[in-house]
Amino acid sequence: MSYAVTNILLVGVGGQGILLASEILSEAFMLAGFEVKKSEIHGMSQRGGSVVSHVRFGSQVLSPVVPEGEGDLLFGFELLETYRALPLLKPGAKVVVNDYRIPPPSVLLGQVPYPDDLLARIRSRFPEVLPVDGQGLAQAAGDLRAANTVLLGAVSRRLSIADEVWRQALERMLPRKALEINLQAFAKGRTL
Amino acid sequence: MKEILSGNEAIARGAFEAGCRVASAYPGTPSTEILETITRYRDINSSWAPNEKVALEVAIGASFGGARALVCMKHVGVNVAADPLFTASYTGVKAGLVLVAADDPEMHSSQNEQDSRNYARFAKVPMLEPGDSQECSEFTRLAFDLSEQFDTPVMLRSCTRISHGKSIVELGERRNDLPPPRLVKDAAKLVMLPGNAKVRHPLVEERTVKVSAFGDTAAFNRMELRSSEIGVICAGVTYQYVREALPEASVLKLGMVWPLPENLIRQFAAAVDQLFVVEELDPFIEEQVKALGIATRGKELIPRCGELSPGRIRDSFATAGVIVVPKVVTVAPEALPPRPPNMCPGCPHRGLFYQLNRANAYVTGDIGCYTLGFMPPLNAMDTCVCMGASISIGSGIVRALPAEEQKRVVAVIGDSTFLHTGVNSLMEMAWNRAPATVVILDNRITAMTGRQENPASGFTLNGEPASEVNIPELCRVLGIKNVRLVDPYDLEATRQALDEEMNRPEPSVIVTNRPCCLIKGGGRFEKGMVLEVDQGRCTGCKACLRIGCPAIEWKPDPEGNTGKAFIDPSLCTGCTVCQQLCRFSAIGGKR
Repeated sequence: MSYAVTNILLVGVGGQGILLASEILSEAFMLAGFEVKKSEIHGMSQRGGSVVSHVRFGSQVLSPVVPEGEGDLLFGFELLETYRALPLLKPGAKVVVNDYRIPPPSVLLGQVPYPDDLLARIRSRFPEVLPVDGQGLAQAAGDLRAANTVLLGAVSRRLSIADEVWRQALERMLPRKALEINLQAFAKGRTL
Repeated sequence: MKEILSGNEAIARGAFEAGCRVASAYPGTPSTEILETITRYRDINSSWAPNEKVALEVAIGASFGGARALVCMKHVGVNVAADPLFTASYTGVKAGLVLVAADDPEMHSSQNEQDSRNYARFAKVPMLEPGDSQECSEFTRLAFDLSEQFDTPVMLRSCTRISHGKSIVELGERRNDLPPPRLVKDAAKLVMLPGNAKVRHPLVEERTVKVSAFGDTAAFNRMELRSSEIGVICAGVTYQYVREALPEASVLKLGMVWPLPENLIRQFAAAVDQLFVVEELDPFIEEQVKALGIATRGKELIPRCGELSPGRIRDSFATAGVIVVPKVVTVAPEALPPRPPNMCPGCPHRGLFYQLNRANAYVTGDIGCYTLGFMPPLNAMDTCVCMGASISIGSGIVRALPAEEQKRVVAVIGDSTFLHTGVNSLMEMAWNRAPATVVILDNRITAMTGRQENPASGFTLNGEPASEVNIPELCRVLGIKNVRLVDPYDLEATRQALDEEMNRPEPSVIVTNRPCCLIKGGGRFEKGMVLEVDQGRCTGCKACLRIGCPAIEWKPDPEGNTGKAFIDPSLCTGCTVCQQLCRFSAIGGKR
């Protein structure tokens, strides 16, 4: 590619808050002076189905969709969905994954087991994987609902954007009453 | 000032800046958020219409009254709105009239992937196609200007990746220099009787020629000359994909995809060695370029079905031997348990579809969340064609069947879809005495597209209290004698209602009366007590799994004994449908 574009994929299950996380990321990239594009599918796919959000930033961004095999950073909210998205990544890509399972319908119905060893299988292909106990750390920060912000903090450490820009993006994108707890959750994630 | 906006938000912003005064729409993915954004601009009178035809007519009326007007719909909505569209092309406008059609290549959330560009040519109206959010704003403003300049409705074509993609947009001020709306008699232009229409038609044909010539030099059609080896004609989001896949190629980026700028295309074709047209779906531009006598390649290498992407374009050019690309090494996809969309925990549709399955009904379905009743384990939908079709298809099926099979036919339709185009169908069914059963799933909202108000929900787009269609009464005045209400959370009552109405040899309607479990505000949905499975009483019979509730998980026993069901308390809404299925009283309320 003639333009240095960083490709981020956020994946998980509809209802997990993926869209808000991708909006905070996009806001931070814009505030840092980059061009940014993001894309995801609404509607049918949100009813508890797989969700993939694409965020791209750089000096010039063309396609809003990350070309297959060119993902630089995968931000996974759920293990199986993270594993499913690996073909979108380039070799050596970084993976931040919430160590959390949401059983898909066939598992709920007892037809197939939830695939095991997913974390090890991700690691064998992408050694730069960081598993995060998003729920556990969020609870420690005082609110289970801040799990995504813990993960976002961990992702932020893998991107060269200043602390102040992240803070500003969170302030602009989150409701005032939820801000303090989310700033704490973000700081916790940023140490990982 | 700059902001990150989705294509839909940017179209709304563009309409605001263009001085648009009236906006109407029926929700439909991926177009819905345009009106949801416009409602924030209080200078614009914005509202939902019961369907796209009505929405377009509201906008035509506003334009006839001298106000700039916007109407938005998904691609299949244009089918519904086609009747007024084709004649509004003849009348032209009194103030700018813009129709946004949002296509859905890849069918992320649609029943077909028709290409709306064909409508622009068919109805003989100009069509603009933006390639990012900035262009969504610019082209919307431009569309209003062109509409007035050339006295024509103008279509703006978006697609899922543009409407739901986000990028940075420069915000501008709202125009306030437009003439105030007022009534002006102009029957020769606005009364489309044969005598008047015969005068208008030649003007429409001349207009197309004029707009095409305008496009030859307009800035929205742009030639980017790089290497002369490969030249690509493209538009919209495909332009972004082409630039990324073929960075050295020369490009003719068309901002207007109908009518095409003939001279500019000839000029571009002469400047490159090999000419290609890259476009999603139909060979719309390609066929016209070929009709100009210009040699080009397009669908012989580019797929006709589904979305394009930089990767798909690169692969197509490589397969055709036009370019050589290095092989990209990626992780091979594996077979994994799929995660399709599902009805929410507590969804009032679940109990009904469970009983339809048990009743061995042949279910003619419709468009909405309940179309998911097709999925296992409910497996209770047999047809789904378009908005409103469930009732008329059911009405048609019964007249083809012997009496014994007629009983099995049940049409299911949501409240919003019923009011969209189901009312006429029910009128037909009552009038012609088709002995099918109709279930109207009245969940008080247009749920699938993200909970928009509708004529029966009691509120407008702006959240103001409104009149409320009484659905059971409406069914009665249409001529249905047997109309009954049932609580879909009550499995036995639902079973009984289905049994009685299916066996009745005349038309009947059952209306279910539970609100969507996602309407938390306004006290419409009430959450019950969270349920839990008594692990001592659970025999592992799996009866509760037959409703496919995402809150119920089967947990196999680690020692190989019979497994047990488990309810996730964070997902359970306490609807009690699973509890009614448990013959061992193992499911109870949790404190």
